[in-house]
Amino acid sequence: MTEKAAKTIRRPRTEMPVQPPLVRIQNYLEVALGYSEEDALTEASRCLQCKKPSCRQGCPVEIDIKGFIGQLQKGDVPGAYKVLREYNSLPSVCGRVCPQENQCEGMCVMGKNPEKTGGPVAIGRLERFVADTFAKRLAGGDAACQQITGEAACRMTRDDLTVACVGAGPSSLTVAGYLASLGIKVTVFEALHEVGGVLIYGIPEFRLPKDIVRREVDAMRELGVEFRTNWVGGKSFTVKELMEEQGFKAVFLGVGAGLPQFMHIPGENDIGVFSANEYLTRANLGRAYDFPNHDTPTFKAEEVCVVGGGNVAMDAARTALRLGAKKVSIVYRRTKAEMPARAEELEHAIEEGVKLELLSAPIALNADEGRRLVGMTAQQMKLGEPDASGRRRPEPIEGATREIPCQLVIIAVGTRPNPILLEATQGLALTKRGYIEANPETGETSIHNVFAGGDIVTGAATVISAMGAGRRAAKEIAKRLLGTEL
Amino acid sequence: MKYRILKKTVLIPGQTSLLVIDAPHVAKKAKPGNFVILRTSEKGERIPLTIADCDPEAGTITIVFLVVGKTTAEMNTFEEGQSLHDVCGPLGRPTHIEKQGTVICVGGGTGVAAMHHIAKGHAAIGNHVVAIVGARNKDLLLFCNELGSFCPEVLIATDDGSMGHHGFVTDVLKERLEQDKDVSEVVAVGPVPMMEAVSKVTKPFGVKTTVSLNAIMVDGIGMCGACRCTVGGETKFACVDGPEFDGHKVDFGELRLRLGQFRDQEKQSMELFQHKCHCAEGK
Ligand SMILES: Cc1cc2nc3c(=O)[nH]c(=O)nc-3n(C[C@H](O)[C@H](O)[C@H](O)COP(=O)(O)OP(=O)(O)OC[C@H]3O[C@@H](n4cnc5c(N)ncnc54)[C@H](O)[C@@H]3O)c2cc1C
Ligand SMILES: Cc1cc2nc3c(=O)[nH]c(=O)nc-3n(C[C@H](O)[C@H](O)[C@H](O)COP(=O)(O)OP(=O)(O)OC[C@H]3O[C@@H](n4cnc5c(N)ncnc54)[C@H](O)[C@@H]3O)c2cc1C
Ligand code: SF4
Ligand code: SF4
Ligand code: FES
Repeated sequence: MTEKAAKTIRRPRTEMPVQPPLVRIQNYLEVALGYSEEDALTEASRCLQCKKPSCRQGCPVEIDIKGFIGQLQKGDVPGAYKVLREYNSLPSVCGRVCPQENQCEGMCVMGKNPEKTGGPVAIGRLERFVADTFAKRLAGGDAACQQITGEAACRMTRDDLTVACVGAGPSSLTVAGYLASLGIKVTVFEALHEVGGVLIYGIPEFRLPKDIVRREVDAMRELGVEFRTNWVGGKSFTVKELMEEQGFKAVFLGVGAGLPQFMHIPGENDIGVFSANEYLTRANLGRAYDFPNHDTPTFKAEEVCVVGGGNVAMDAARTALRLGAKKVSIVYRRTKAEMPARAEELEHAIEEGVKLELLSAPIALNADEGRRLVGMTAQQMKLGEPDASGRRRPEPIEGATREIPCQLVIIAVGTRPNPILLEATQGLALTKRGYIEANPETGETSIHNVFAGGDIVTGAATVISAMGAGRRAAKEIAKRLLGTEL
Repeated sequence: MKYRILKKTVLIPGQTSLLVIDAPHVAKKAKPGNFVILRTSEKGERIPLTIADCDPEAGTITIVFLVVGKTTAEMNTFEEGQSLHDVCGPLGRPTHIEKQGTVICVGGGTGVAAMHHIAKGHAAIGNHVVAIVGARNKDLLLFCNELGSFCPEVLIATDDGSMGHHGFVTDVLKERLEQDKDVSEVVAVGPVPMMEAVSKVTKPFGVKTTVSLNAIMVDGIGMCGACRCTVGGETKFACVDGPEFDGHKVDFGELRLRLGQFRDQEKQSMELFQHKCHCAEGK
């Protein structure tokens, strides 16, 4: 088929089955249920196998999308998986959480003329299908190696070549998986008690089941990766000690950008005001949705306001609904069009009954005598000229404010780098904004053989870009450690 | 990773126990003022406890806790040989310790355990350490002997007068400050009202006063903001900016309110736990 044919095909994108909104807000299970084999083959058949596939340029790690969908068209799931795995170490995660509309799917030719073509190929959903199906079929023997590399057998682990990763988010996990498959011994040090970074403590179960993350981590364990939880870089150990005392040949820093920002408005320390990080960490890492079966408590309220417009805000709002809130509003200072959240998350949130309070910026949080939150004062905004980011800048409309009653406010207005490890690492060059300075090609920092990637270098970004950075660093590390053996 | 309990000492039956825990990587780095975050079980809550002592050679840390809710009650059922599920640390900024002369360390209730490590640090560097220890009655006094081994003076106050001064630690502190103009710092660790009272007493004397804030914490590494406190009109994260702060600048009222945020659920958790315990005992 040719690109031209795109104009004549009219079959719409294959819908993904989901739990109905009123059912899913009563549970914490995954919302999107995934394609059946039939759905997947139908959707794969919509791909034109373009000569110059534009979709690929939209993917931050340049997955051979045409290639994996081509295999799928032939019904060859292991073949499709092998293609994916060459570029992406967590396809079952990315298929679920990538903002595809701005990335691969945003560049697919089928999206150019959606009325005629039925919209872009659902690349993310296909990626998820391939990864989930492949994992289900694997069993025993060399399963771990196959899951990680798509190859039947991996190299033996060499104990003389050791690499340490600090933080266990997607960037570090990518480094660990890649190097382990080459026979390098990797130890991952994580501050929290569970491995996965934002995939565990931030993104909720109903969007990314924790079993999927665990499956990937277990496969890495089988390949010889060692995970040490409860180890805090900068507190329990320093980078210098890792290299000089413990003999690690290289260190990768993937500690994310987890420091929550507040708004610096009156009332922010009152009872009922939470950072999205705290709210989501209680719910996800602490499993507070399963209280009292799990011990971690969380704050409950009938009326909830979430401040922000990104994925974090959507996750917080939808979690609040599932924890029993009657009314949940997202308070955002621009309009729906500027919201950075994934389209699907916003759509799901609205279906579930989340209200949008747009062009509204909180200027005060109001509490009763006991300092318990009772509401928020919001400033009405309008859109002005575009700012540096190209988005139209919100400006206050003089004198237009309004009260929104709420007993719980969740602040999701962004994060900054956590200084604990950075301050304890002498000689580590940082950017003006406090992130780690790393060579864009190799990921190397100002310290020889110390690499960094993910949110701690770029600021809050995406899972796939963190993995891309991990992969680049891992390649460089492998080159240095294995040299000609590669 | 197992964090085995190598030794358990019941200090006050049903109320306060001391555990010596095998945690070499924490022990190696622990300094006075540091704390750990631990979990008792896979479904447990992360709770912070001060490192009351440590032995880097043996690879152990000591914690002393008061039973106030589910997690501490469960931990109190643990015996030697059992393990905690997670121990993370050392966390927080260590106490600022420099040679400065006379330092008064005030401890109330279980806070004496945490104060003990700080006092030890001050003594080790050569400061003249005066320990003031308080409790409701003499049976609830903790760490007096240990403190006596390195503090030239250990002053005691009990609410009922069963030992030492009849009254509060603040009375003893005030008297001392009136007589001794050379006190360079007062450190207070204990219940919030006690730290607040100590800060009030020292204020007119203009003595530097350090308190250790026990805000509710989740991660303990600055990623959630659960532990935020107002100090000198600014928001601070107790886990990474503290836990020790200038007592004259702390908004204690706010801290007290914030400590009550989850009271209903804590009560539910505790009742459920007690019910299970009773059933297990066949009662
Ligand atoms: C709620 C939420 C929803 C999101 N939704 C999406 C989405 O839908 N799609 C998408 O693409 N992206 C999403 N993101 C962004 C994405 O998750 C991040 O960009 C990505 O996880 C960054 O990966 P990382 O490896 O850099 O670090 P992280 O995932 O942040 O992991 C860092 C790890 O390092 C640990 N750590 C920190 N300091 C230390 C230390 N000193 N010592 C040891 N360990 C340490 C942390 O505990 C953490 O486990 C979301 C983020 C959040 C918070
Ligand atoms: C830096 C620091 C050091 C501490 N050191 C000690 C110590 O050495 N010995 C000691 O007995 N206690 C100490 N505490 C207090 C101890 O953390 C709490 O008593 C404990 O968390 C109670 O847990 P629980 O499940 O038994 O009780 P819960 O029923 O959960 O709570 C009882 C009360 O404890 C407080 N609390 C609850 N959860 C937390 C939490 N996650 N973090 C902090 N406080 C909480 C609240 O005020 C609550 O009302 C310290 C606290 C901090 C912040
Ligand atoms: S990794 Fe993400 S951007 Fe790349 S093809 Fe897969 S879903 Fe698209
Ligand atoms: S996914 Fe879209 S752009 Fe890519 S090859 Fe298929 S039809 Fe072409
Ligand atoms: S406990 Fe999370 S920031 Fe202090």
